[in-house]
Amino acid sequence: MHELSVCQSMLRQVEEIAQREQATSVERIVIQIGPLSGVVPELLQQAFTIARCGTRAESAELVTQTQPVRVHCLQCGYDSDAQANRLLCAECGDYRTRLISGDELLLASVELTKN
Amino acid sequence: MCDTCGCNVTHGNRHLIEEGGKHAHTSDDHVAIEVLENLLSENDHQAAHNREHFERHGVLAINLMSSPGSGKTRLLERTIDHLKERYKIGVIEGDLETENDAQRIRDKGVPAVQITTGTACHLDAHMIHQALHQTPLDELDLLFIENVGNLVCPASFDLGQHLNVTLLSVTEGDDKPAKYPVIFRAADHVLITKSDLLPLLDDFDPDNAGQALQQLAYKNPITLVSAKSDQGMDEWLNWLEAQQQQQNRQQSKGAGSIQTCL
Repeated sequence: MHELSVCQSMLRQVEEIAQREQATSVERIVIQIGPLSGVVPELLQQAFTIARCGTRAESAELVTQTQPVRVHCLQCGYDSDAQANRLLCAECGDYRTRLISGDELLLASVELTKN
Repeated sequence: MCDTCGCNVTHGNRHLIEEGGKHAHTSDDHVAIEVLENLLSENDHQAAHNREHFERHGVLAINLMSSPGSGKTRLLERTIDHLKERYKIGVIEGDLETENDAQRIRDKGVPAVQITTGTACHLDAHMIHQALHQTPLDELDLLFIENVGNLVCPASFDLGQHLNVTLLSVTEGDDKPAKYPVIFRAADHVLITKSDLLPLLDDFDPDNAGQALQQLAYKNPITLVSAKSDQGMDEWLNWLEAQQQQQNRQQSKGAGSIQTCL
């Protein structure tokens, strides 16, 4: 379970932003996670309840936006939905595709309270 | 244009004031700040630094990943046997505990640094940076990083390597790429190891493994290898040498363009 490492890294980034913006507390953290990022949102939520203690994000809410897995076909040019372990073109069935969404591991935004 | 009626909102900037936007104010008057940075940006920053370090020293760095017991250390021992006359090789070993693997590599006459991660299930870029302090990069052409045996966590952490090699041994299931898509997708070369055992096993079909990889849009080489019988070793070694030469060419080209700029 590497979600705790990911969570601690995220909180260090959030703390930095809160400090820079002279915020007293962090209210909300919005992250984007794709099924192919290798991070499980539920485990990250669990890790968050432990890792946030003693930080400015102690009472913050962690909001996860899950991104869909989508591929672009390099053969026929079609964009389609796919599954994490089946990244084939839905139009022509070719395996020569490029992932266009689904591997995100992003800190999208933070909501802060300032004095 | 004002902030009250929305007349300053256009198609081009609407995303900035919507949820997560750079200038969004929430109803309870918190300030929302758009970030859009990788959650592992600290690690990525260190990884980029490691990569620069490798390149300055002309070292090709290769990250080996697999489940425990699929033969990473054995493959390295045999690779060293074949290549050590022509290339200067170094190894960084990652394990939860023990120096055993690093000792096996040192017995081959190659410098090895052991990282013991304790309870951590993967290596990260900071651990590699620490290990580089004890690695004679100046004297190396190839650096292998043997990651902690684990098909999940190592895939999420960039170490600064140039190439990922993922091993799948024939004593595992041939559907593993479908079960662990993240790590197999990341591979620049998949090695199906312990191929000398194939005649004894009726439930591992290399074609099935190949199909599962293809479903992940995997387009790189797949090689059946045995570090015992040497089956497939030539293909693996040729690939390594080609990668090494390609990196050398890129570097000399890079150095040339810097000189032109000066």
